[in-house]
Amino acid sequence: MSNAHFEYVLRLGDSSLVLGQRLAEWTGHGPVLEEDIALANLALDLIGQARLLLAHAGTLGAGSGKEARSEDELAMQRDAWDFRNYTICELPNGEPVSHVGSSRDYAFTITRNFLYSAFQVELWRSLEASSDRALAAIAEKSLKESRYHVRHSADWVVRLGDGTEESRRRMRRALELLWPYTNEFFAEDPLESELAAAGIAPRSATLAPGWKRCVESVLEEATLGVPAATPFVSSGKRGVHTEHLGHLLSEMQFLQRTYPGAQW
Amino acid sequence: MNAASLKELLAQIPDPEIPVISIADLGILRDVALGEDGAVTVTITPTYNGCPALAAIEDDIRARLAAAGFEKVRVETVLSPAWSTDWMSEAAKEKLRKYGISPPEGRLSGIAPPQARGGLDLHRLTLFARSVPCPLCGSENTERLSEFGSTACKALYRCLDCREPFDYFKPH
Repeated sequence: MSNAHFEYVLRLGDSSLVLGQRLAEWTGHGPVLEEDIALANLALDLIGQARLLLAHAGTLGAGSGKEARSEDELAMQRDAWDFRNYTICELPNGEPVSHVGSSRDYAFTITRNFLYSAFQVELWRSLEASSDRALAAIAEKSLKESRYHVRHSADWVVRLGDGTEESRRRMRRALELLWPYTNEFFAEDPLESELAAAGIAPRSATLAPGWKRCVESVLEEATLGVPAATPFVSSGKRGVHTEHLGHLLSEMQFLQRTYPGAQW
Repeated sequence: MNAASLKELLAQIPDPEIPVISIADLGILRDVALGEDGAVTVTITPTYNGCPALAAIEDDIRARLAAAGFEKVRVETVLSPAWSTDWMSEAAKEKLRKYGISPPEGRLSGIAPPQARGGLDLHRLTLFARSVPCPLCGSENTERLSEFGSTACKALYRCLDCREPFDYFKPH
């Protein structure tokens, strides 16, 4: 059990960490100053969540016969295949292209933030009732922040979706590309079933209706419409990633890999 | 010194980001306990998860206690119940206003979470719909420039009458 418990908390912590790092890439490059600051704040919230979750995961790892690991060790000294984030979090800040790297696209970044933060709201709400009291406390704290993230991104989804011809074209494209990755949120795997049975996590499918209500109403107001369902399920939470994660980690982990344990 | 007087001592520590109010005014300082062996346990709570000021606050607490002769200090961080601007005193709000930051409007407790209002209202929370008065001229004719300001706990506004930009401490 404790290994599954560790892996589950890792999923949540890694997702916050990886998306936080992605959003931090916008720092100094935002389309306007206010949004530059907004994205840095969002990144800070996510990295704050990641610190709490990874610190908690580190203590659970100890229960499975492994040594306790610090949040820094978990963040900085694991390779891509050991990360358990949802795939949507590791995608670049613009349309992914066949070679690694892509341009930054605010429509793409905002759409991802919207789809993911609306999911986080549902997840934290459920986890407030978790039998893991430390996780419940993190959820209670994070819920307030994620609600604000939804509010920020939903405003932009409406503004850009129901905006100019160009902003609308980009939003439609972003939505078409990102929508299939949301299946991973609700496709329950054996690990999540085990955690649900133990009262630690919700059944993944139960998070879908609330998320759909929120997302669909905003997409409707944005005159974007809801994309058709697809069968594709991404696999980041099981450790099978796109090529984008390795590049993100090489930048994020560079200093700690070069000078392990460095402090300043 | 007993726990109460220690708490009074620590309550004077200014917030590193907004030095006109103390960590007690903000509701960050939760508890101070004095053990029989003279060890002090201080409980604090973060405003936001990623608030970078928390480490500075912990350093300040240790420094104040060391100056008062207490070397054995434990600083514990608690998350639940989650920090809320509801814990900010009226006096603290007035200090914020005088400093040029519009204090949080209204109280959060008792307000239904956004999703109880139906999806469409999610990004038009009535909580945020109230006008935010300008801390400088008092005008309610203001507009929001950004959901996020100079720190995670603030949003950026502009007064349409006196034309000054100002920070708004968000209800949280």
